[in-house]
Amino acid sequence: MPSVLQYLGQGAFYALAAAFTGYLSLYPTYQQVPADKAQVKLSFAHGAHRVEACRRLTPKEIAALPPKERRPNTCSRERTEIFVELFVNGELLYSESLQPTGLSRDGPARTYRKFLVPAGNHTIKARLRDSTRDSGFDYETERRVELAPLQNLAVDFKADRGGFVFR
Amino acid sequence: MALIHSVVRKPFDFAEQALGKVFPAQWNPLLNLGALGFFFYWIITASGIYVYIFFDTGIHNAYASIEYMTHEQWYMAGVMRSLHRYASDALIVVMLLHLVREFGLERYRGARWFSWVTGIAVLMLIYVSGISGYWLVWDKLAQYVAIVSTEWLDWLPIFGEPVARNFLSPQTLDNRFFTLMIFMHIAVPLIALAVLWIHLQRVSKPRINPPRGLAIGTFVSMLALSLVFPAVSQAPADLAQVPGTVGLDWFYLPLYPLLENWPGTVTWTAAFCMTVIAFAVPFLPPMRKLPVAVVDLENCNGCSRCHYDCPYEAIDMIARTDGRPFEAEPAVDASKCVACGICAGSCPTSMPFRRVTGLSPGIDLPDLTMETLRDQVHDVCDRLTGDNRVLIFSCMHAVPAKSINVPGVASVELRCIGHLPPAFIDYVLSRKLADGVLLAGCSENACHARLGVEWTQARIAGERDPHLRARVPRERVRTVWVGRSGSRLLESELSEFSSGLSAVPGIKVPPAGPATRERDKVDA
Repeated sequence: MPSVLQYLGQGAFYALAAAFTGYLSLYPTYQQVPADKAQVKLSFAHGAHRVEACRRLTPKEIAALPPKERRPNTCSRERTEIFVELFVNGELLYSESLQPTGLSRDGPARTYRKFLVPAGNHTIKARLRDSTRDSGFDYETERRVELAPLQNLAVDFKADRGGFVFR
Repeated sequence: MALIHSVVRKPFDFAEQALGKVFPAQWNPLLNLGALGFFFYWIITASGIYVYIFFDTGIHNAYASIEYMTHEQWYMAGVMRSLHRYASDALIVVMLLHLVREFGLERYRGARWFSWVTGIAVLMLIYVSGISGYWLVWDKLAQYVAIVSTEWLDWLPIFGEPVARNFLSPQTLDNRFFTLMIFMHIAVPLIALAVLWIHLQRVSKPRINPPRGLAIGTFVSMLALSLVFPAVSQAPADLAQVPGTVGLDWFYLPLYPLLENWPGTVTWTAAFCMTVIAFAVPFLPPMRKLPVAVVDLENCNGCSRCHYDCPYEAIDMIARTDGRPFEAEPAVDASKCVACGICAGSCPTSMPFRRVTGLSPGIDLPDLTMETLRDQVHDVCDRLTGDNRVLIFSCMHAVPAKSINVPGVASVELRCIGHLPPAFIDYVLSRKLADGVLLAGCSENACHARLGVEWTQARIAGERDPHLRARVPRERVRTVWVGRSGSRLLESELSEFSSGLSAVPGIKVPPAGPATRERDKVDA
């Protein structure tokens, strides 16, 4: 039978163990982002144009196909790479050629990037080329935004909505 | 490697001793880590079921439902939520301590690889279920966990579209992904429970419940913590905001800041390497697989004692193969045997009195036979002088008795204290090879081979076969369960035991007539 002192010792152990558990379950806190910063997150998954445009099959080519696979057009699977740039206040923050995914390079190219910027007014410009052209951009959007501290500005890309979407 | 084991073991030895001063041996938390793990698991399960009743499983209302539990129904659902959280944290603590302690004690190699590997799997599953649980609160911490986890997963080229895009902005938030998390938070712990069951398959009589005193103390402390410092949510998740500062649960999320700030190549390579090493540890050199127990059917009557006493279920009783008129014979599974010798200690034919037929028990360790032990006993006892001569039988995993350099004291080392057949004590005292026998084993409840101390106590008390004969004066037998770092305690016990032997009557051995001599040939 434990003595009173031993019971007190056990109580002290349980108290310490509980304090240790309770404290480390929440503290010390972790600062992910400085309080005076905001975040710009550029992310999209987008299928670029095909490397070779679709073309009409000749009657000879159609005839050579098995009857169940005969069709008027043929399209290559491979997509071109996407070139994207992001500027904040005229300064280039991000520039990359994004390769199409998939073994046949026929999947969407994708990106997911985060940038910390000081809170306040900024001009954000994003532009993207998803065709076979050598220069210039197919989409370009510039916005003047006021970012509050710790605000997260998502810059998405939706071709069916006309290009870059700021939200 | 031995140095690493020693460095890892020392803090445990120290803590075990310190806790031993306030806890009875059977209540010592460090000696019940596995059982405490189960206990926390049940607390988590019970509290989780209760909390789930009030939890809204939709992502848009989850936070509000938890706030209701925490603030409106604080006295029950709030307490349950806190118990759920703190027991989960405590589970990680005891699992990690259990893992490190077993490593330090070298109880992960050889036949024990199975428990190690399945234990690592359980630990990983518990981490996954814990992290998925934080997700469900859908507060700032949940947002942080969700984003960092998915960004980390997105490094792998297995998703067509980055999973983290689900959390790009409030408009992209998807209820389906949240539902998947709820499913994971329920399914993964169930899988962990199944693996826990497998984890215990190679140990006999596993202790999966802590002793009542320890269970009560542990639960009361968890309950007190839940009342004094209840678990609360952080600010609600808002994908239009960066979490900024978060209160991390450092038991589950200590690596999250690294996942967030280090390149995926580094973190994934580190995770892969650490996982491989964790699983491979039992198979890394130096391998020290001891020769396993060997059955000698000539001396075995199939009594099954070795089968019942084996701590690792390494001995099965199978149909007799030698045609002798016994029902069964033991068969040793080499992949499970840790060569602790407890089976040889339990064999009724491990009888040192046998001279004519030779000391060959029904089951024995080939590299430390009973005959060798008897020879060692004679060797060391022949050199004993003085009035109160003491022979120490010590476990090789307990305090090293060989280091005791006291006149009139000798020692013989065993694989486990349960390796000692009680008849050896009788033999030493009745043949007057020594005046007292001291058994030095691992700390009570902390036997290296799991059950050696327990079986030895029961054998001496006459509660388990083979028991120590009644004619042996118990005053001439002393047990000291001290572990590796208890040399001082052993020395003081030895001193007290030795000095008290003069006043103790010896064994009354009948005069050595023809009948006695004949009987000694086979049995005492």
